[in-house]
Amino acid sequence: MFRLLEQGRSGEDAVTIDLDGQPVRARAGETVASVLMREAEAWCRATPVSQARRAPYCMMGVCFDCLMLVEGEGLLRACQTYVRDGMKIRRQIGARHVVPSC
Amino acid sequence: MVVDCVVIGGGIVGSAIAYGLAGCLDDVLLLDGSDGDPRAAQANFGLVWYQSKGVGMPAYQRLSRESVQEWRSFHKEIEDMSGVPVEFVGRGGLAYCLGDEEFEARQAILSRLASQMADTGIEMLSRGAVERLHPGIRLGPEVTGAAFSTLDAHVNPLRLLLALQRAFAHRGGTIRRSESVQAIETGRGQFRIRLKTGDVDAARVVIACGEASRVLAEPLGMTLPFTLQRGQIIVTERMAPFLAYPSDRIRQTACGTVMIGATKEDVGFDPGTTAAAAAGLTARAIRVFPDLAQVSLVRQWSGRRVITPDIAPLYERSAAFPGAYACVCHSGVTLAAYHARTLAQRIAGRGSWHEMEKFSARRFDVQAA
Ligand SMILES: Cc1cc2nc3c(=O)[nH]c(=O)nc-3n(C[C@H](O)[C@H](O)[C@H](O)COP(=O)(O)OP(=O)(O)OC[C@H]3O[C@@H](n4cnc5c(N)ncnc54)[C@H](O)[C@@H]3O)c2cc1C
Ligand code: FES
Repeated sequence: MFRLLEQGRSGEDAVTIDLDGQPVRARAGETVASVLMREAEAWCRATPVSQARRAPYCMMGVCFDCLMLVEGEGLLRACQTYVRDGMKIRRQIGARHVVPSC
Repeated sequence: MVVDCVVIGGGIVGSAIAYGLAGCLDDVLLLDGSDGDPRAAQANFGLVWYQSKGVGMPAYQRLSRESVQEWRSFHKEIEDMSGVPVEFVGRGGLAYCLGDEEFEARQAILSRLASQMADTGIEMLSRGAVERLHPGIRLGPEVTGAAFSTLDAHVNPLRLLLALQRAFAHRGGTIRRSESVQAIETGRGQFRIRLKTGDVDAARVVIACGEASRVLAEPLGMTLPFTLQRGQIIVTERMAPFLAYPSDRIRQTACGTVMIGATKEDVGFDPGTTAAAAAGLTARAIRVFPDLAQVSLVRQWSGRRVITPDIAPLYERSAAFPGAYACVCHSGVTLAAYHARTLAQRIAGRGSWHEMEKFSARRFDVQAA
């Protein structure tokens, strides 16, 4: 698990996102991947092929290992997606379904 | 040393013929060009398709039908021999219609095909029937129905190419890569194949190197009339299986990606991809399956088709230089089973060449006269 280097700076928990139903505090202007990396469960998805768990890897948009489901937008690279207050993020387990299960 | 036969071109057409020949002749050598060559065999859509083939040309309709029927056993044969699963799915295939006009136009094509052949195995399905084939996904409001052919199928074209080449090697054939044939010389009843690495003599030569075939075939007295057509394909991220049947423009592969294709563009040798093509292909796909709108695209590419004046293949046998053959076609995936079985046997001298004459370029001379 990662932690912030400068704890207690202002604006540290300015934003709240919803990660798999749990509220998670985040800094304004950071990426979904960097928030995820501070979680105890820092994995973002299980692959469609072998269901192996993956976590952000390159943090610069090239490896696509950090894909997460962003509500209303589809499967995005978490390291290239900035947090917004109230945004809903889901870990993607296996292949996506065309018709969202309801 | 003189080999029995040299096959020029290691795409789907050359590899299928070489594999078939290796079952009839002792030593068959397959020469493939360089990795920078245009290679339709590595850019295509992967359909084994007959429902739209041969309108106005019953011989091509029969040929396509024979090949898709042969595919039923052919895929097992090459899978067993090569150890490469080719992901053949042969439950049938669809052509979706948007609006009444497309439905009627498609119906008219089926009537013409039915007038050429008894029991085509192709029928029009109503919207309701199409819905029942796809319980997992919504159809767009414009979908009026689809043509359904029980014989149509799809396959992984890259695995097919690998399987054909491995099965060829398993039968004792030899493949040499990065061996672009420079010229073919004739004399003493055999052929001298000029390579940068030295020459090879052969009793027979088959020119099957796609769009590069013409320059090699012409000096041997075989003209190959065709033009080039660019096709672009886009592919989505991997999705859980939702499409049980391939269609002419949308199919879900064994690994879950959805392939959407393909444009038909007259742009010469331009190998590019365009945003306009991606937009056009996705727009139509979403009109058929609106839920695809939320799926991400991951790749786009283009390839070139060889298009003869009547779309049907060209099977040429040189009259001036017996033992020289040329074969180019669109739909090399569909016809792979026919090429590996019937065509290869005819080239090896088994059975009469007579039925192949219908696919000689001479068919165009008659029309011009
Ligand atoms: C976008 C698109 C979609 C398609 N979809 C389908 C489909 O769904 N179903 C279907 O049946 N067909 C489809 N096709 C057509 C199919 O891909 C072609 O018919 C088939 O690939 C042709 O194979 P080929 O071996 O003749 O040519 P190619 O695949 O082009 O291969 C030619 C080979 O010859 C080699 N070569 C070239 N010059 C030389 C030389 N001088 N010496 C030695 N080797 C040489 C090259 O290196 C290459 O490997 C599609 C094509 C495109 C472009
Ligand atoms: S971590 Fe590599 S693309 Fe996001």
